[in-house]
Amino acid sequence: MKLPIYLDNHATTPLDPRVLEAMMPYFQDQFGNAASRNHAFGWVAEEAVETGRKQIASLIGANAKEIIFTSGATESTNLAIKGVADMYAERGNHIITAATEHKATLDTCKHLEKRGCRVTFLPVMQDGLVDLAMLREAITEKTILVSIMYANNEIGVIQPVAEIGKICKERGVLFHCDAVQAVGKVPVNVITDNIDLMSISGHKIYGPKGVGALYVRRRNPRVQLTAQIDGGGHERGMRSGTLNVPGIAGLGKACELARKEMAAESVRLAALRDRLKDKLMSALDETYINGSLEHRLPNNLNISFAYVEGESLLMGINDVAVSSGSACTSATLEPSYVLKALGAGDDLAHSSIRFGIGRFNTEEEIDYTADKVISVVKKLRELSPLYEMVKEGIDLTKVQWTGH
Amino acid sequence: MAYSDKVLDHYNNPRNVGSLDKSDQNVGTGIVGAPECGDVMKLQIKVNDATGIIDEAKFKTFGCGSAIASSSLATEWLKGKTVDEAMAIKNTDIVNELSLPPVKIHCSVLAEDAIKAAINDYKAKGATRKPAAGVEA
Repeated sequence: MKLPIYLDNHATTPLDPRVLEAMMPYFQDQFGNAASRNHAFGWVAEEAVETGRKQIASLIGANAKEIIFTSGATESTNLAIKGVADMYAERGNHIITAATEHKATLDTCKHLEKRGCRVTFLPVMQDGLVDLAMLREAITEKTILVSIMYANNEIGVIQPVAEIGKICKERGVLFHCDAVQAVGKVPVNVITDNIDLMSISGHKIYGPKGVGALYVRRRNPRVQLTAQIDGGGHERGMRSGTLNVPGIAGLGKACELARKEMAAESVRLAALRDRLKDKLMSALDETYINGSLEHRLPNNLNISFAYVEGESLLMGINDVAVSSGSACTSATLEPSYVLKALGAGDDLAHSSIRFGIGRFNTEEEIDYTADKVISVVKKLRELSPLYEMVKEGIDLTKVQWTGH
Repeated sequence: MAYSDKVLDHYNNPRNVGSLDKSDQNVGTGIVGAPECGDVMKLQIKVNDATGIIDEAKFKTFGCGSAIASSSLATEWLKGKTVDEAMAIKNTDIVNELSLPPVKIHCSVLAEDAIKAAINDYKAKGATRKPAAGVEA
């Protein structure tokens, strides 16, 4: 077993060697511009792009023509939301999203608020799920778009996407879904899920960084977008810029592998995740799983070890790469807004660790990680005045703290 | 984020972890911070009435590595000091000793607050403390 162990697969995933192999020719001899229509270099590049488009489309139940390539999912989400807001401005200016969305969605919506849009940020229930009744109520005559993610990047909670899509369809509102964490991990189908626009990332599914895609529905309804980047009119005019041919070949290959291997892989990952969960929870008291365990990605475990601060825990398990919702690990010095939205209290956000298990993790690595986390949590609880107080029978919620 | 060697040393080998009897008249207890802020420090001193010197110092900290290191360092510095000398410890001394980056300065501030809170608690007990050997701290 090699150290350090990588268990942060929601942040990014390693490139699958088979993906790298598929990309290599387009860095080397086949370097052509896919927009060059008059020579073989261009034709070969274009063929690679169209193969990639088909591979992505077939993973998500789409038509290849409905795939627009971008630089990554943040761009896809920006294009989807801003593109709809601009294109459908005459129809309405109201957008609905949720408090636990990725920053790419939240910050795009906040930007549009400044430009005159009205945005509803739906709260989520304690298990992280959007309340469908609330969503129904939030839709007005002015609503043009609902943007709800498929699966959350921190807690792995899977939203009732098909129901959300159905509600949107009934009400004639477009539905954008950030499916970055879900595509390739769980079955995603834009037809049965009634999705109109969907963001996809390469590097979350063992593909390369710097490439993503946006699914844009072509019929029933035909979705139109105002381009956000002006230029040569590539990608049906929706996204100008020379195509990243090796990246697209890689993203396509990653989707093909996911399509073939997802069923077996998700079973294996869920077994590893449950193994980790069971080991941790049987050895340690006062550990809490954040978000629904039932509606969850097979590879995600987000768990709070009460009375232990997340960054200090990361420091103790420094040969295991994971992340924490603790304020100390964030650039803003705020604890995770996703965990805060669950209403569990900031203290549990500070104590949270996100494990993201991936294709290349082994049972041995999981066992090593569990043992390490258990010993460090025990050590830090010996150091924790809160754990001591609780063991003395003190109710921490009744203590007069000197917040700072 | 890279930690300084001294922070790592205190984190890996924290000094003076534990608790003193908070009902002891010679023990001063300071608890600062709040769980929802992500750090709580408990720092305790035991003062020798005869000499006015801090004989023992203990801490427990819920917080990041730098918070643990700051409080561990504080207990080391407290031992052997008089209460007045202890009162003079500044958070900047801790920042310098541990090479804390700007984002971790609040950890040192919390440690200074904990020292002061412990001393104030000890002093507040003075009214009820039995006079010993004629020395009043």
